[in-house]
Parts: sequence; C-alpha cells; structure tokens
Amino acid sequence: MTETSPFLQHEAILDLIDGMAREIGDELAASRIEQPAMVGIHTGGVWVAQRLHRLLDLPDPLGTLDISFYRDDLTRVGMHPEVKPSKIPFDVDGRHIVLVDDVLQTGRTVRAALNEIFDWGRPASVMLVALIERDGRELPIEARVVGLRPTLREGEHVILTGPEPLALQIATSRQRKRG
Amino acid sequence: MYARPASENLQLDANGRLRHFLTIEGLGRQTLVDILNAAESFAGVSARTVKKVPVLRGKVICNLFFETSTRTRTTFELAAKRLSADVVNFNIGTSATSKGETLLDTLRNLEAMHVDLFVVRHADSGAAHFIAQHVSPGVGVVNAGDGRHAHPTQAMLDMFTIRRHKGDFAPLRIAIVGDILHSRVARSQIHALNTLGVSELRVIGPRTLIPTAARTLGVHVFHDLEEGIRGVDVIIMLRLQRERMQGALLPSEHEYFQLWGLTPKRLAAARPDVIVMHPGPINRGVEMDSAVADGPHSVILEQVSYGIAVRMAVMSMCLQAPSLEEQPA
Repeated sequence: MTETSPFLQHEAILDLIDGMAREIGDELAASRIEQPAMVGIHTGGVWVAQRLHRLLDLPDPLGTLDISFYRDDLTRVGMHPEVKPSKIPFDVDGRHIVLVDDVLQTGRTVRAALNEIFDWGRPASVMLVALIERDGRELPIEARVVGLRPTLREGEHVILTGPEPLALQIATSRQRKRG
Repeated sequence: MYARPASENLQLDANGRLRHFLTIEGLGRQTLVDILNAAESFAGVSARTVKKVPVLRGKVICNLFFETSTRTRTTFELAAKRLSADVVNFNIGTSATSKGETLLDTLRNLEAMHVDLFVVRHADSGAAHFIAQHVSPGVGVVNAGDGRHAHPTQAMLDMFTIRRHKGDFAPLRIAIVGDILHSRVARSQIHALNTLGVSELRVIGPRTLIPTAARTLGVHVFHDLEEGIRGVDVIIMLRLQRERMQGALLPSEHEYFQLWGLTPKRLAAARPDVIVMHPGPINRGVEMDSAVADGPHSVILEQVSYGIAVRMAVMSMCLQAPSLEEQPA
C-alpha cells in the first residue's frame, strides 16, 4: 500500500518555478546562449516546462517527450496503454536545449529522454533542469538548475500532480519507485 | 484444413493483454482503442531524423508468408525495423515445405533460431490460430491474412485512417463496397466497426458476392451503389479479385464497373466530406474511376503510411507482456 501526504501546494510550487526561471536565465547568459529551445518530459515535466517557457518568453514552441519507447524497463513493466506522442516542433540540429523534468531521482528517465532527443537530431547542448532533485542517482546525470532538494527517507518519493492546481505529495511505499 | 480454437481468448493473457493478434473477434473496444492510441504515438516516429525507436531492440521477427504479398510484407518489415527488431523473411513457396517438411517442423526449426514473433499469411482460414496454438510460451503470432477469415491489421489501419479524419466513430455511416463474400478484409472491418460502435454499417455489392448471413453481422445490405452510399461519411472499396471473373459469380469487368464502379458522379450521393478508402492494389476502371482514386476524397495513400504505425503498435503490444508471467505457473 502507498500512503501519501501533502508536501507543497500550488502557490509554493509556482514560487519555486519562478526562482528556477531566474536561475535558468542567469545560466543561459553565463553560457552565452541566446536562443534556447525547451523540451518537457511527460507528464509532470511538461507542466513545469509550460510555465518556465512562458516566464522565459522563448520564441520556439515547447517540445514534449513521452519517453515510454526508450525506457530500459519496458520489457519488465510493459507499455503504458496511453503513450502520448512526442512532439518537437523545431529543428533539433545545432540547438541549445533546456530539458525539463519534474523529479530527478535515478536519472533513468533523463537517460531515455536524451536518447530520444538525439533521434530527432544533434543538439548543440542540453541543460537539465528539475523541479525536485533527490538522492538515489544510478547514472552520472546532474541537473544545472533545481527548484528544491528535499531530504527524504528510504521508501519515500515525491509525486507532482496537476496541472491545475499543481501539488507535490510525498508517497511512502515499501516498493521503490523509479523516477 | 485447420481446427478453429475453442476460445478466441488465445489472443489475450491472464491480464487481458494482447499476446497474439489473430482476429478482431473477441477483442473489446478498449483493446482496439489502445491499439489506435499506440499507433498514434508511433505515427510520429516517421517525422523524425532517426525513424526508429528501441522498443523491440534485440527481438527477432519472422515474416512467415505462405501466400505471396509484396505490400503487406513490406509494411510489416518496415514496421519491425522501425521498432529496432531484426527481421527474417521466410517465403514458404521457396523453402523446405516444398521438400515435404510439415508446417510444425518448419515452425520448430524457426523457433530454434529464437524467433520472438511470427507474422503469418496463409491461404487457409485458421492457419495463424494453428500456429499460435503451437508456438512456445512468450512467442507471439500476428495474422497477416488467413484465407477468407481475417486480416485484422488491415482492418485496424482502416480504423486508424477513419479516426484521423472523422474523430469519433459513434455518429458515422460507413459503406463497404464490392466482394464481401471472399473478403477477409471486409470481415475484419465489420467486426472492428461494430466493436467501435458506428451508427450504421452498410455493405453494397452483387447478390452473388454478399454472404447470405451478412444481416446477422449487424449490417444493412444494398445491391444498388448510389442508393447504398447516400449520406455516408466513409466508403470502403474492396479489391475485386480478377480470378473471380472466371466463375459464374460476376459479369465482365466492364459490366461490373457499369453497375458498381465508383465514379465522381455517383460519389456525389455521399456526404460532401466523404472519404474513399481501398486496401490496394486498385483495379482502375473496375472498382473505381481514376478520378476518384486520385481525387480529393481519396485517402488511399494515407492508409499505406498508417499501416506501418498500426503494425508497429500491434507487434510491440504482442511482445510487451513480461516474459516471466508468460510461463505457466
């Protein structure tokens, strides 16, 4: 059984995303990147990315990735029946991409997303940003900008629900979730 | 030749997930909608630089064709390759069966090569079922056409084409025109359209080519083309097998076209936004006029493209079931 308890509500999450947008702006300026494009990972990452995309006023439409076809545990867990099509409505070749995820834990989702992005083209760079970063990394993947780094106990994980309102919950289960 | 299985549930595992894809019969609406949704995701793969996803990387898919077919085999092959599977094409006409090897021996030999999924086309109804009953646990079978029985991936790509153009199935009036009697495509289409809940389904053709039991399938029968297509949203033309002309079933090609050929003038009886479909290859000037086949209402070439996405969906779903659960307890 999984028990959930509220962690952060809509307004507090929007504040986190506002802070992330400022930091992303600073990081882009420091790297002299002028026209980045943004890609959100379904489903939570897309909600965060939609707001970041507005705040940063990016000219290209937001890209969205459903990484189901690239999961490393696909043969174990089976395909989710409601896979959403990935849409990248700009040319990936030579672009600087800001990749947005909701919760960074093992790094496997981001690994899958990077593989998919490279099947669309060869980006100039990819910068990872995450609303929540927590321990449990299983791959050498790090986020440049993070909204919040909560301290969690073994068996606890963070879940983003939304899009209106956004809410973060802490779920406790005996089985570990891959994020 | 082959016995039909006692239950159509051979296609589903204990959790109701697709193991084999042999016929539309016995599958629920949700399964069909899942296939269409998965195909929608796979359709996007064709738009990318790398037209491949790693879903079936390391799997081996065998096209086992006892009946020749270029276009169906090619779209299955392309679909398998876009899923990153390895593909073996096995043309039985040129293989050991002509040296006396039995079907089961052939199957055992191919299984020893660690094939994960067989795509089967055979002139006998029930052949894919027979193979599905005899493969090892965890090995999938997809029916690519068996006799007069079923051609379920063709029906699903037609459903996909209809959904892309019309959205919801519920309000639609759909007509299937031509040789219903000998058509495995029509049989699968009728089951799929009934399962997806279209408002009205009509079949149109000469009396000699409409099965007497058609009405029990929940369809309205017409023998006059213009009357039958009046007010319809979708017209599905079937290919007229020229060999049928030899028997007494049909008049000449010319006469067939006079009575049941689709022309721009006749098409005007349907709804203004009607779409015209055909599983190919078209006999121009027999089933339809070139002006219709190449006209603004035709979606025939889209059907070919969508066929790849739908076959990707079906093959990946048949191989998705976790292999450990496939073992009998």
